[in-house]
Amino acid sequence: MEHYLGIFFSVIFIENMALTYFLGMCTFIAISKKISTSFGLGVAVIVVLAITVPVNNLIYQYVLREGALAWAGFPDVNLSFLGFLAYIGVIAALVQILEMFLDKHVPALYTALGVFLPLITVNCAILGASLFMVERDYTFTESVAFGLGAGVGWALAITALAGVREKLKYSDVPEGLRGLGITFICVGLISLGFMSFGGIDL
Amino acid sequence: MSSPKEVLFSPLFDNNPIALQVLGICSALAVTVSMINTLVMCAAVIFVCAFSNLFVSMLRHVMPSSIRIIIQMTIIASLVILVDQVIQAYAYEVSQRLSVFVGLIITNCIVLGRAEGFALQNGPYMSFLDGVGNGLGYSVLLILVALVREPLGAGTLMGYTLFLSVNDGGWYIGNGLMLLAPSAFFIIGLAIWGLRAWKPAQVEPAEYEIAENVQYKEAI
Repeated sequence: MEHYLGIFFSVIFIENMALTYFLGMCTFIAISKKISTSFGLGVAVIVVLAITVPVNNLIYQYVLREGALAWAGFPDVNLSFLGFLAYIGVIAALVQILEMFLDKHVPALYTALGVFLPLITVNCAILGASLFMVERDYTFTESVAFGLGAGVGWALAITALAGVREKLKYSDVPEGLRGLGITFICVGLISLGFMSFGGIDL
Repeated sequence: MSSPKEVLFSPLFDNNPIALQVLGICSALAVTVSMINTLVMCAAVIFVCAFSNLFVSMLRHVMPSSIRIIIQMTIIASLVILVDQVIQAYAYEVSQRLSVFVGLIITNCIVLGRAEGFALQNGPYMSFLDGVGNGLGYSVLLILVALVREPLGAGTLMGYTLFLSVNDGGWYIGNGLMLLAPSAFFIIGLAIWGLRAWKPAQVEPAEYEIAENVQYKEAI
């Protein structure tokens, strides 16, 4: 249990998807002007990550990896080069299914997340988490902890940035730096703050 | 209709995908610690962007618009698999250091953004040029960042020593910040400032006008 908690917390604070690996930066910068919208997006990312990473883990373990098809009678087949295509397909399909499911059964959540769900397909944090999961060879349970933690970390980072930007619009920023430039520098400063978690060993 | 030259070169500075369109920052910043990684990454993005634009543009009349995103993703993912296999075969060390970031070209917003925004409305030749141009615009900013980070951080450029570091008996003490993630944000922020000072048309309008500073007595 401690091992899984370690993975969960280290991916939130020490190896934050957005601030350490720059994943999901496009949406991170574009949709962080208001706390309420960025929080909604954050929740959507948590949900999608917590589902897609374990599902991709199963596909990797039982279909794609070298020797994974032994159960079907093909012990020497290595399909790992198809990885990218499979993961992005799973992500796109799951987002679509999630959208239809929420529309039918949880309409309140659907209206809250509606706009963001399609955007999430092309969010690098989702694909990135799956690729990190493959690279680090996580087991299924580890991948659940990793996916959930990656989502929470990303949501935390975007909400923090939105909080800073809401106050920032009242400040007197030099002309050329206004908007995008100062946002980048703020993200850099937040990222420096998160680095202070770096020495903690879980 | 703009000329081929315009399509190819305007993304470099006038309409830079990173500095103005806010696209494709995702997969790239972590690779700018060293120049070699950056160059490989840039070549990969230019290739994928150019050919995905070309193929999407060639297919634009036969694609049903309801499933076009999935078709585009499949084209892009196949191209990225191709690039990834080539890099693994011919530059294995670099592919280890780039780790997941080659795969993340799939979700690089520049590629999908240009396919959606340009290739769907234009012919194959122009789309190809637009892909190359946007890839180059992305490369310019990335190379600029790497050009600051590698020499200041490690005292080297492309593996050659520029400043001999203290550990090897030289004088240069590496700036550790430059090797860490936040420095890339600062450099890009400042690069955008520089670009906008040079081309003031890109400055964003202020959301709030700040009132002039009023003297205490005048206020009463």
